[in-house]
Amino acid sequence: MIAYFVRRLLYAIPILLGVNVLTFALFFLVNTPDDMARMQLGNRRVTQEAIEQWKADRGYNRPVFWHAAQAGSAKLTDTLFFDSTQRLFTFDFGKSDAGRDISEDLRQRMWPSLVIALPSLLLGLGCALSAALVFAWLAGSRLDFWGGVICVGMMSISGLFYIIGGQWLLAKLWRIAPISGYGDGLEVARFVLLPVLVSVLAGLGGMVRWYRALLLEELGKDYVRTARAKGLPDGLVMWAHVLRNALIPVLTGVVVLLPSLFMGALITEAFFAIPGLGSYTIEALQAQDFAAVRVMVFLGSLLYIVGLLLTDLSYVLVDPRVRLE
Amino acid sequence: MTPVFLLTDLALWGVLTLAAAYAWSARRALHLRAPWQRVRQQPVAMAAAVILLLHVGVALLDSIHFLPTEAAGKDATREPLSLLDLAVTPLREGTETSYSAPFALVAFDRESRLQPDGSMRREFPRLVHGGAHLQDDSARGVDILKRGALGAAGGVLLGLLLTQLLWPGWWRARADDRAATAAAVTLLAVGALVGALGVLALRYHVFGTDKVGTDVLYQSLKSIRTGLLIGTLTTLITLPFALALGIAAGYWRGLVDDIVQYLYTTLASIPGVLLVAASALLLDAAMTRHAEAFTSIVVRSDLRLLALCAILGITSWTGLCRLLRAEALKLRESEFVRAAEALGVRGVTILWRHLLPNVMHIVIIATVLDFSGLVLAEAALTYIDIGVDPGMESWGNMINAARLELARQPAVWWSLAAALVWMFGLVLAANLFADAVRAAFDPRARDALATSTTPEPNARD
Repeated sequence: MIAYFVRRLLYAIPILLGVNVLTFALFFLVNTPDDMARMQLGNRRVTQEAIEQWKADRGYNRPVFWHAAQAGSAKLTDTLFFDSTQRLFTFDFGKSDAGRDISEDLRQRMWPSLVIALPSLLLGLGCALSAALVFAWLAGSRLDFWGGVICVGMMSISGLFYIIGGQWLLAKLWRIAPISGYGDGLEVARFVLLPVLVSVLAGLGGMVRWYRALLLEELGKDYVRTARAKGLPDGLVMWAHVLRNALIPVLTGVVVLLPSLFMGALITEAFFAIPGLGSYTIEALQAQDFAAVRVMVFLGSLLYIVGLLLTDLSYVLVDPRVRLE
Repeated sequence: MTPVFLLTDLALWGVLTLAAAYAWSARRALHLRAPWQRVRQQPVAMAAAVILLLHVGVALLDSIHFLPTEAAGKDATREPLSLLDLAVTPLREGTETSYSAPFALVAFDRESRLQPDGSMRREFPRLVHGGAHLQDDSARGVDILKRGALGAAGGVLLGLLLTQLLWPGWWRARADDRAATAAAVTLLAVGALVGALGVLALRYHVFGTDKVGTDVLYQSLKSIRTGLLIGTLTTLITLPFALALGIAAGYWRGLVDDIVQYLYTTLASIPGVLLVAASALLLDAAMTRHAEAFTSIVVRSDLRLLALCAILGITSWTGLCRLLRAEALKLRESEFVRAAEALGVRGVTILWRHLLPNVMHIVIIATVLDFSGLVLAEAALTYIDIGVDPGMESWGNMINAARLELARQPAVWWSLAAALVWMFGLVLAANLFADAVRAAFDPRARDALATSTTPEPNARD
């Protein structure tokens, strides 16, 4: 199994390399370093010398992928792509194009993202699982039917409705929580309430339906029939057998999400002006701060790959029948 | 009148042609017809289908553009019009100066007005079009009821006529065919609604007007095309990638499989919103640089919409590709593929003749399931400025323009409500229809359905 993980980790290298090539290609397809310099220095009346100086400071005066003027392997190594990729792989993020220390920014802005994402995930999981358990238990009943109707209805409501409605109800009418923003210390709870509530509600309908389907599939299996034939009470069958087995796909679905919690939800953070990593990325994109963008893309895909690996691992831990080779 | 062919028009008609071609081939093949007949027997699915078809009809009407001749004098501002624009000319031209509430007679904001006696007073100015026919303002309620009832009756009659045309003798078959009855009842209900709205819209702003005085009902109608385009075109763009790569990887395995897996893992590992945001911002930059290439607002926003579909499509084919690869892996071991191989059929032919038809059910399920998600995604993306062009009517733009006005006292809620409710209706219909399609096509879902409708989960054995 260790060999399996080593191989998977090695496999991550070409993927991250590919991601980086894609980022570079996308960014330099329509943008030249001159454009970036002009954007960063303020568009009007920038002298060519200032632009050259800006580019030289940040290494943008070199070619992107291929340095034809150099000899031998330096053609490939003395380029923007090679240099920045090398530093990304050693987690040396350096300074953003705006001159701020990226690692320091990341450390600061990670927490708001986590504070929003973790409660949303746990609360959503708890609510969805308990609702799905009730519906699956009473499958075919009137409660199950109307629960399904409500779930489809909730799935059909735009997330924007929850956001706008939530802001209007909680912030304007009841004045429990502020419309958006973020605070320090214990104040945080008030600011977090609304985004967490909104993201739980927005995902609930789909989650409940999915979990209910998982539970029902489990309920239809032979071992459930055996357990019932032995005379086990319904509740025990549900708790001890069905739930435990249905939790396997649920858990692996959650595990793949865990690393991405650090990245925050881009859209939620943009709506509620949460100073997390999601809004950091959007700000960097809007300011065309390429150094920050490529770090965020790199970290995002790295965490995704880690998530996949953790999923494999959780399969082994939860289900003893699974062997990884 | 010179016809104008916008790229998205062609794309939408292309989608329709493909759907028609599929329907024609499905009619002849029993294994394709059977699941659709199961869908046809679901009352909810048929009711949803009626609503979806009406939306498709509006979108198609809105996809035949031409340059109007009467505006030939002022050449510079000439924008292409669609058949839908022509059909709702009173709505399009009945603009006010600014906000007005639904069914209002006066504007939402006060204006300084010169009084007959020479003094200035701030008062609510009378609307130019909304309720202009009323002699006596207090008669508004009665007038609305009268016109609404008249319109609803007309709409029901029209619906009855249509039902009779499509399905003669429907009232006799009521008991046996619940699905068709559901469709007919939906048609009548929608007919009543459309009739009432249509008659009232001639005299009032039924959904109010927005900041620049455009009728909100008109905006909502125009948004239908945008929503449907994003919902269908995006999936259409994903299909060639997902199908070709997925099946090829699953069938040939080896190096092809490695490359395809590498491609989709790489693409999927970049957070989706980030990729869309990056591409959209880059597109923006490119378009400002070549501003002279876009002669009119319609052409520019049209190109931007197409680009958005392409971006969403290129970033989202990975999920379907993974599913198709897994299915092809299973199918390549099946007897009919083995037999074809033994007979010496070439690989490409096997992919085309034996694998492709057998994964189509996955494609259909994915297409209908993705539709509603994409319609909702448009609004969210537009809300953070990486969606459709601000000059194009869409639900996202309506919500975006109205969100700040909710803070006013009293709130300007009608644009927001119209967009959200309309989206809810369309997406709900799409979700219900997608559920029925999945239940009919997916053998696993069919089993789950069977267990959920029987009280004892194992009673079906």
